[in-house]
Amino acid sequence: MYQILKAEKLADRTWLMVIHAPWVARACQPGQFIILRVDEEGERIPLTICDYDREEGTVTIVFQTIGVSTAKLEKLQAGDSVADFVGPLGKASDLIDEPVEELKKKKILFIAGGVGAAPVYPQVKWLHEQGVEADVIIGARTKDLILLEKEMEAVAGHLYISTDDGSYGHPGVAGKVLEELAEQGTQYDHCVVIGPMIMMKFTCLTTKKLGIPTVVSMNPIMIDGTGMCGGCRLTVGGEVKFACVDGPEFDGHLVDFDQAMKRQQMYKTEEGRKMLEYQEGATHHGGCGHCGGEH
Amino acid sequence: MDILKKVPVREQDAKVRAANFEEVCYGYNAEEAMEEAARCIKCKNNARCMGGCPVSINIPGFIGHVEKGEFKEAYDVISDASSLPAVCGRVCPQESQCEGVCIRGLKGEPISIGKLERFVADWARENGVKPKKNDEKNGKRVAVVGSGPAGLSCAGDLAKWGYDVTILEALHKAGGVLTYGIPEFRLPKDGVVQPEIENVKSLGVHIETNVIVGKSVTVDELLNEEGYDAVFVGSGAGLPMFMGIPGESANGVFSANEYLTRSNLMKAGEESTDTPIFHAKKAVVVGGGNVAMDAARTALRMGAETHIVYRRSEAELPARVEEVHHAKEEGIIFQLLTNPVEILVDENGWVKGVRCIRMELGEPDASGRRRPVPVEGSEFEIEADMVVMSLGTSPNPLIPDSTKGLEISKRRCIVTDPETGRTSKEGVFAGGDAATGAATVILAMEAGRKAAKGIHEYLSQK
Repeated sequence: MYQILKAEKLADRTWLMVIHAPWVARACQPGQFIILRVDEEGERIPLTICDYDREEGTVTIVFQTIGVSTAKLEKLQAGDSVADFVGPLGKASDLIDEPVEELKKKKILFIAGGVGAAPVYPQVKWLHEQGVEADVIIGARTKDLILLEKEMEAVAGHLYISTDDGSYGHPGVAGKVLEELAEQGTQYDHCVVIGPMIMMKFTCLTTKKLGIPTVVSMNPIMIDGTGMCGGCRLTVGGEVKFACVDGPEFDGHLVDFDQAMKRQQMYKTEEGRKMLEYQEGATHHGGCGHCGGEH
Repeated sequence: MDILKKVPVREQDAKVRAANFEEVCYGYNAEEAMEEAARCIKCKNNARCMGGCPVSINIPGFIGHVEKGEFKEAYDVISDASSLPAVCGRVCPQESQCEGVCIRGLKGEPISIGKLERFVADWARENGVKPKKNDEKNGKRVAVVGSGPAGLSCAGDLAKWGYDVTILEALHKAGGVLTYGIPEFRLPKDGVVQPEIENVKSLGVHIETNVIVGKSVTVDELLNEEGYDAVFVGSGAGLPMFMGIPGESANGVFSANEYLTRSNLMKAGEESTDTPIFHAKKAVVVGGGNVAMDAARTALRMGAETHIVYRRSEAELPARVEEVHHAKEEGIIFQLLTNPVEILVDENGWVKGVRCIRMELGEPDASGRRRPVPVEGSEFEIEADMVVMSLGTSPNPLIPDSTKGLEISKRRCIVTDPETGRTSKEGVFAGGDAATGAATVILAMEAGRKAAKGIHEYLSQK
C-alpha cells in the first residue's frame, strides 16, 4: 500500500496528490510517469509525474476525474492509501541528457494544455535548477482550469497564460500566444507541448509552420507500462512505437495524432457503462442510450 | 484395464466449458493415479523420461511412490527438482518431453506423467504438504528479477541452499506469465498459481511487487548499492510483434499479450473489476502457438465466434497437442495454411474483417519446416470485429538498456552460457525468455535452475 500524504483539489475535477513511494522517488526524472491502481479491483492508470522529493520519498501526481478509477481516486484523502504505485516508467525528457551549456544556448518554450501543466512543471523546474530559464505558456478552456500558475511562475522565464473563453490571460488557444510571440520576433529553438491530444495536434501544426522542433508527451491506453502488452502503440514517422518504453515523449511533427485519438476511444462504451454503474450502483441496467449496455 | 492405454482423465464437457472460465481438466483422483502409476515399468537405469525432463525430476521414483499410495513421498521427490509441479503438470508439453520418450509409449500410449505430477502436487496442496525449508542461511544475498517461472525456480533452489533471496516483480502481482498470460481455464490463479508462489515464499524467498528493475532500480545499483552478491534476470518476454500489414493500428486489433493480460491479470470482464476488455462477436486470432490457443479460447468464452488463422498446416502448429485438441472440441474454427494480408477497417476506424490468402507448403526453410508460400488468386475475407495478433514477442529492452556491460544478441536477447546462466557481466545471470526469446514455462524453469547452480558455483568460489 502507498500512503497519500496530501490530497488537494486544484480545480474542477482536477486533483493533486502527494504519495509516499520511495522506489519511484529515488529514481524518477522529469518526463517520466507512474502507474497506479486505486484498489484490488482497479485499473492500472498511467499518470505523469508532476514533482518528487527524493529525501522524503514522495511523488506528486495531478489527475483529472474522467472514469471510474479516477472517480474512486478523488474520493481518497490524506492518510488513505492506494493499492499499487509503480515507476518511474518511460524515458526521461531528452533535455536532461543534454549538456547544460548547450541548453543555456537554446531558447526553450513549454506549452501546457489544461492538466498538461503537471508534467510540464518538473521539466521547467529541473531546467531552472540547472540555471536554464525556459518560457512557458499555460492554456486552458477557462480561468478556473489554469493549473500550477504560481508554482510555474517561480521556475519559468516568461510565463504566459491563455484561456479559450478569454476569462484570463490572452484570449484563445495557447498556440495563438506562440504565434503572437513569433510575430513580435521571439524565436524559439525547442518546444515541448503537453496536453490533450487534440491540443497537441493543433499546437504542433503551429510549431511546424514556425519551424520549431517540437516534442510531445503521449498518454495512450496502457496496461503494464513496461513494454509487454503493446496496447500503447502509436505510429510515429510511419513506424510503430510503444509509448511506455520508446516514449512517452516523441517528435510532435511525426506523431499520427488522428490515429492516436481514435485508439483513445477504444473502450469508451465500456468505460461509460462502468462509470454509470459506479455512479448509479446496481440500479443501472443499460438502455440509457449512452452506456452501451444492451440488457 | 488396457495396459497399453492411459487411464483416461476426466474433463469438463466441451460445450459447457466453452462458456465458462473454470478449469478444463479435472485431473486424476487417488485411485486413477495409482492405477496409471501401475502401468509404469519404473526403468532402473537411465530412465528416458528423466532425460526428457528439462528439470530432471526423478520420474520413476515419484511414480513408484504414487503406485503405493505414498503421495507425500512422491511430492518430496518432485519438489527436490521442481518448484512449480502443480503448474508443470498442467502446462508442460509432455508429449515432446518426458512422455515423448517413455518406453511404454513405444507400444501403446506412454505413461501419463504430466497428469500424475499434477495429481501429486494437487494432493500436497490440498493436504497442506509444503516443500522442505532450509533454515541454515549462508549470509549471501541474491536478487531475482521477475517472478515468472524462471525467477521462481531460480529463487526456490537458491533458498534451499541457504541464500537470502528477494524477487523483484514489476507488476502488482507475482507469477509472471503464469499470472498475466495463461488463462484460468488452463491454470487456475487462486487455486494453483498463488499457492505455488506461496510455497516458494515458504522456502524463505521474499517477493517485492511494483519494482521495475531497469527503472525503479538498475542491476548495477542492486550489485553496488543495495548489497546483493548476484542478480538473476528472468524478466521474461517483451514487446509483442505485429505483422506490418495494412489496418493493424485499427481499433479492435490487440496483441495476445494485451488481450490476455486484461483477462487474466486484470480480470477484465468480471463485473467487480474496473479494467475494460473488448467483447467481440467474431474474433480472428493470428498464430498457432499456445498463446494463440489461449487467446482464441478466451475470446470464445467471452462469446465470440472464433477463428484461428495460421500460415502452416496442422502438423506444424507449435501449440501443445492437448491445447489444439481442446480448442477444436470447444468449437474454435481453424483456418490453416492461411495468412492475413490486410485488416479491413470501417469508416470509424474499427476492424470489420481480415483479408486472407491461402498458403501451400514449399521447400523446407532454415528451421527445417516446410516454408509456406501464398497461393496466387486465393484471397478471401473473414468477417471479424476483433483481431488478436499472437506472433511472438521480442525481448524486453528495459534491462539491456539500463545495464552497463551486458552483452545482447542480434535478436536483442541477453547472451548467456546456457549451462550456468552466466552473462558477460560479472555477478549477473539470466535465463528464460529474456535470454532465449519466447519459449515455454518449463524451459524457463530449467534455465532458472541452471542459473541457480551457476550462481551457487560463482558465489562459492568468491
